[in-house]
Amino acid sequence: MYKYDNYDQAIVDARVAEFRDQVNRRMAGEITEDQFKPLRLMNGLYLQLHAYMLRVAIPYGTLDSRQMRMLAHIARKYDRDYGHFTTRQNIQYNWIKLEECADLLEELASVEMHAIQTSGNCIRNISSDQYAGAAADEVADPRPWAELLRQWSTFHPEFSYLPRKFKIAVIASPEDRAAMRLHDIGLELVKQDGELGARVFVGGGMGRTPMIAPEINPFVKADDLLSYIEACLRVYNRYGRRDNIYKARIKILVHEIGADEYRRQVAEEFAHVKTLGIDPPLAELERISAFFAAPAFDAADVEPDRSDPDFAVWLDQNVKPHKQAGYAIVNISLKPIGGIPGDASSAQIDVMADLAEKYSFDELRVTHAQNIVLPHVAKRDLYAVWQALREADLANANLDLISDIIACPGLDYCSLANARSIPIAQKIATRFADAERQRDVGELKLKISGCINACGHHHAGHIGILGVDKKGVENYQLTLGGSGAEDVSIGKITGPGFDEDGIVDAVEKAVEKYRELREGDERFVDTYRRVGMDPFKEAIYG
Amino acid sequence: MVEFRYRDDEVTEQPSVTLDAFLDQSNATAVRLEPDDDARKLIPFLDRLTLIEVAFPKFRDGRGYSSARILREAGYTGELRAQGDVLVDQIAFMRRCGFDSFAPEGSLNPDAVERALSTYDQFYQKAADAAVPVWKLRHG
Amino acid sequence: MKLLTGNELGSGAVTWWTGSGWSIHVEDAVDVGEGGESILHAEEGARRVNAPYIIDAIATPEGPRPAHIKDRVRALGPTVRPDLTLKPADPAAGDWII
Repeated sequence: MYKYDNYDQAIVDARVAEFRDQVNRRMAGEITEDQFKPLRLMNGLYLQLHAYMLRVAIPYGTLDSRQMRMLAHIARKYDRDYGHFTTRQNIQYNWIKLEECADLLEELASVEMHAIQTSGNCIRNISSDQYAGAAADEVADPRPWAELLRQWSTFHPEFSYLPRKFKIAVIASPEDRAAMRLHDIGLELVKQDGELGARVFVGGGMGRTPMIAPEINPFVKADDLLSYIEACLRVYNRYGRRDNIYKARIKILVHEIGADEYRRQVAEEFAHVKTLGIDPPLAELERISAFFAAPAFDAADVEPDRSDPDFAVWLDQNVKPHKQAGYAIVNISLKPIGGIPGDASSAQIDVMADLAEKYSFDELRVTHAQNIVLPHVAKRDLYAVWQALREADLANANLDLISDIIACPGLDYCSLANARSIPIAQKIATRFADAERQRDVGELKLKISGCINACGHHHAGHIGILGVDKKGVENYQLTLGGSGAEDVSIGKITGPGFDEDGIVDAVEKAVEKYRELREGDERFVDTYRRVGMDPFKEAIYG
Repeated sequence: MVEFRYRDDEVTEQPSVTLDAFLDQSNATAVRLEPDDDARKLIPFLDRLTLIEVAFPKFRDGRGYSSARILREAGYTGELRAQGDVLVDQIAFMRRCGFDSFAPEGSLNPDAVERALSTYDQFYQKAADAAVPVWKLRHG
Repeated sequence: MKLLTGNELGSGAVTWWTGSGWSIHVEDAVDVGEGGESILHAEEGARRVNAPYIIDAIATPEGPRPAHIKDRVRALGPTVRPDLTLKPADPAAGDWII
């Protein structure tokens, strides 16, 4: 994975010093909260429901054991001994003190980590495929491109006061494991005549008005990429709406002027920007790519001993094939039944760090489904890894099953929320606790958002739940048929909402109707797409 | 009031006219751009201008950063001034986008401005200033 | 009743106006009636509170109970982590919120 050189380190160190100065000026009253707010947001520090919340960046979801241990240390020293992994591959701490934040950032900087641009109306963390470098179906590792974009976007002087936040995802396989089409800019690396380039999608997003990003350019070469993205951003910075916070994302601009017109404006701007010489030479992408070279794989291809039935179940559900014979991709569930999706204690974080160092060439990934991946585990080590995970309550064999729920923090943590999301996740997981029943139901991506901002990605859930405020009382709407994968679709609402218990019953009714109607090996979402909403609506509302 | 100016030449005496007024009459040498004005409309007239003032009615509205870069990219060498809700913490980005003078509505602490401009000496991307981006330092 | 609330600038802790100062316990909060805005501005200007605002609450024998569930979560802590609330040992705390 990428390692900082002196320049990268200098930039992060300067940021810590700058933020320390800004905090001091705020504490001394030299700047008001209104003036300080965008500054602290550009450093990932929110004033949230209970305290200051800090969102630490995990660039394209990749980190090593040293960094993971630092995250555990931060949780212990500066927070309440746990962290929350997010739907953008970052980690959040909910109880940070402003007066300690600069020290915290200094510690992060010592392991090449930061909280730069994890909030604010600027370009956020570039996300990517959690199986990058391990999946057989990728045309190339997308992460060098993500790193190139990370550097280009960091403290970009023209794009730090955009109309609204800006999220970019990069994938490199036909299977979309990063919800790429639901980002402001999505890039899919493809090959054309043997040359690697990017298919560019612009204008996706969830929130109040979910939209799937249209393709704006079928192929942008590597050495044109930054000029092209700069042109995309400049058109947005100049013409994105600033009159209404709910209409300020680029998806609204692309929708209102049309993809063709947006493409034309970008092409015009690109022709100009290309003359400015802002693209690094290909040597820079090559330099970055060298950090992502395959590890020294040397394990023989042995099949693990399946005689332990619990291990066999976990193997079948959570372990995915690796492009290298002898190796496998391990998915660590942060969704224990009745637990808080995406949360991990400092002790659990340390366990995962140790496992990565010992068994996964010192690398981990954070997924947008709020789980963790050990990307390069030798098959001969799988049993030992599973035993260690089980001891740490990290071995729930539920990847992509109904209890593998994506849930935003919701009203328990977030001042934007209308309803609590975590208790709903806990109740649904408990209702479906029976492991065999879950496996029989099969792949079912259930996503819960506590408000219309959709941080739980409910629009992209096979089953989605949206928390709303109904005259001061929490209420939950049900959507069906969404997907954030390459079969991308936006979920459709079933009808009137439910209370806290009603929504769990409604989900169960929908699941049972699916089991009744399914044909062959159809997943829930496949059956829904085949039979439509009516049978489900009837089952739910009677 | 122009408080921070990073040019050696004389401050222009002429008051700025609006973009529409400038395009109507041709003898003004100072123009003021609002956030929704298209800076490119000035491109045919850049050699006649000694001052372009870019308004920032609210510091959160970042359109002026693009206006500034567009003007410098077109070859404008006159004074490029950021006026309005300009705070210390935006000055460094504004300098990188080509602004060389500032007329903030509020008063800025000169020490804080100096600190803001000297905090970073490495930059990832090429912009409208003379800074050499890190990728160029890496590869020459 | 109207309660004045905000956060401690340095620590971020949720605080409530008691009539003479700030407390992290909502039971200590007083009804600021219609005079909340002027207290708010004075306290914010002196940086004794950050991001203050006024909420509705009803008086109960146990003290003020914020009218909206969000404010009650804020007053006590997350319902899903009773150990992290201001009343970790109180089994009735969750009911008070909901």
